[in-house]
Amino acid sequence: MPQNEYIELHTKRHGRRLDYEEKKRKKEGRRPHEMAVKAKKLRGIKAKLYNKKRHAEKVQMKKTIKMHEEKKTKQKSADNDSQFGNPSYLLERENQIRAKVLSNTIKQKRKEKAGKWNVPIPKVKGVSEAEVFKVVKTGKTKRKGWKRMVTKVTYVGEGFTRKPVKFERFIRPMGLRFKKANVTHPELKASFFLPIIGVKKNPSSTMYTSLGVITKGTVIEVNISELGLVTHSGKVVWGKYAQVTNNPENDGCINAVLLV
Amino acid sequence: MPKRKLQAPSTSEAVEGINPDEKRVQCVFKSEDGETEGSPFELPTDITREKLQLVCDAVIPNEDKVPYAFFVNGVEIRETLAKAVGEEVLSLTEKSVEIVYQPQAVFRVRAVTRCTSSLEGHGDPVLYVSFSPSGRFLASGSSDSTVRFWDINTETPEFRCKGHQNWVLCLAWSPDGRKLASGCKGGKVCLWNPKTGKEISRPLTGHTDYVSSVAWKPLHLDPECRYLASSSKDRTVRIWDVVTFRSHMVISGHTAHISMVKWGGSDLIFTASHDRSIKVWRASDGVFCRNLDGHGHWVNTLALSTDYVMRTGAFDPADAKIVHEEVTDSGEELLKKAKVRYDAALAIGGSQGGTERLVSGSDDATMFLWKPSEGKKPVARMTGHQKPVNEVKFSPDSRLIASASFDKFVKLWNGFTGDFVATLRGHVSMVYQVAWSADSRLLVSSSKDSTLKVWKDKALLMDLPGHSDEVFAVDWSPDGQRVVSGGKDKVLKIWRA
Repeated sequence: MPQNEYIELHTKRHGRRLDYEEKKRKKEGRRPHEMAVKAKKLRGIKAKLYNKKRHAEKVQMKKTIKMHEEKKTKQKSADNDSQFGNPSYLLERENQIRAKVLSNTIKQKRKEKAGKWNVPIPKVKGVSEAEVFKVVKTGKTKRKGWKRMVTKVTYVGEGFTRKPVKFERFIRPMGLRFKKANVTHPELKASFFLPIIGVKKNPSSTMYTSLGVITKGTVIEVNISELGLVTHSGKVVWGKYAQVTNNPENDGCINAVLLV
Repeated sequence: MPKRKLQAPSTSEAVEGINPDEKRVQCVFKSEDGETEGSPFELPTDITREKLQLVCDAVIPNEDKVPYAFFVNGVEIRETLAKAVGEEVLSLTEKSVEIVYQPQAVFRVRAVTRCTSSLEGHGDPVLYVSFSPSGRFLASGSSDSTVRFWDINTETPEFRCKGHQNWVLCLAWSPDGRKLASGCKGGKVCLWNPKTGKEISRPLTGHTDYVSSVAWKPLHLDPECRYLASSSKDRTVRIWDVVTFRSHMVISGHTAHISMVKWGGSDLIFTASHDRSIKVWRASDGVFCRNLDGHGHWVNTLALSTDYVMRTGAFDPADAKIVHEEVTDSGEELLKKAKVRYDAALAIGGSQGGTERLVSGSDDATMFLWKPSEGKKPVARMTGHQKPVNEVKFSPDSRLIASASFDKFVKLWNGFTGDFVATLRGHVSMVYQVAWSADSRLLVSSSKDSTLKVWKDKALLMDLPGHSDEVFAVDWSPDGQRVVSGGKDKVLKIWRA
């Protein structure tokens, strides 16, 4: 094992061989030939992998060449105004976010009736009850098993008080309760930390919905009033649905995509 | 307690036979100049505004039946005297209460309430709409690089004018109403004839970047409407001669994009720029007069107290008729009429008025009020907005200033002193533009939240939803009959009473 950068040290002290540059150039020059030979010779999975790698390299190279060409040719400064047209008082303000008016409350209502949404994650893996609920043994000798502890993230409404111990069938631990979610607006490509209003639907089971269990694929309602979206008639939209895209119980946060 | 009719106010018999329980207060009428009229007299504290008007008519010679607005200590009397000032103040005061009266427009403009038509035609967002000085013609500019004229009587498209190669950003009617100038993002200025929809000449070229605003020389200085100023991002203002179709003068001096140009009534040109300064130029020879400094960020907009009279030129909104008459007056007559109107507008406000005032709105969320012909010191700095001020407009009688800002509010300010008057809350997104009605009583604002709102007496009167996207431009016709708005949804909407 080399203990130090002794080669660099040596070149520093004594310099390189006199024909070093020449040999290096020749080796570089030979390289494509060697690679071509290798590509020809290889067979089977190795050939496949090797050719894939070479293809990717070629694409990358073409891209860089193109970029350099662009750099050389003088071009007009990019017109970064919106493609639709802005009045003169907005022309110099392109960097300000220009949120699109979202005006589909009617559509959303219709979908709500049908109970279906066009969601980003259409197929959600079911979550079994055994996974969600842990049996809590009760009784003096711990022989009763009617109590359940929810092991997933939950949303518990504002004014919730726990029932007396005798009647509380489902325990929703404080540590797994969430009030806010990171919601991404797919058109704006921006995410916001928004308060949750409620759990609209947990596709695994209606019981999870009523308990407020949030798993991957759950549709939650979030408060988007701070985004300042407006309907046709100029009213502020404040509640909108979002679908959870991560496993909150694993990540410790809720990530969701706004359903537009 | 029976309500007593006030028949002959301020006479001795009216004062006698009063119910002793009724609270009374010594009052005196005062004009805007500060001149008191007549001797003090007693008025009941619960006198209403209508009755005050009757009293005022008796005290002050008022043959034209001019309606007045009454103020006590700067507070307008809306219902009764006591409500405006407060009972305690009235009961404690030993001096006579000074009631300031302000003449208002003799005519009334009815507030728009409904959308009579949605005019489709533009292929891209509508960026600017403008009525001609008499309200006879309507033109709109769009980012589909056309200017369109619309027939306001049938509310249908009239002409589609192609000539620009890029977005049409600004329009300006010549004050005699016979020409329309349009500026585009490519830096061209085109002139159109509203009767034929044809281009008057080939485009005026010279600007190397987009044209941000266009201003005509006022009618009382230039009865033929021969000169036109256009400001551009290329840091110059060009003055065009539209008889010979040449660039008459190029004014340069700003170090950044010029956002607005205004041609004042005393033949001065005002330019606002993103270099944070406002410059004043003499229009006759383009000599730099003075710099108005004070803003800390881009200056976005300018407004002159005489904007409205200069825009309408010889047309007086008080003589507006439902059917528009052809303007056949010669240049001399127009000049005379315009001059009379301009002088009358300057005289408003008595000792407070007298000169042209300029208000500027900026990205630093403040506004400044200037008297540019008198000096470079601002009259007032108006603070209150929290985001850039996008547009300021003097009311036609120049007593109020309305400012539209990106902080969702419209604010009203005193047009003489710059004092804060009111905040108009209601929009839920940036307010883009405002337009006054000709009688200065109503205000319409357009916003990013896709609505228009009509305001009266510092309160929301009417909400006008209908656009499906941001409303970029709004204009109230000088004859008071229509409001037009255009926006990102490519539709032009006409609103009527």
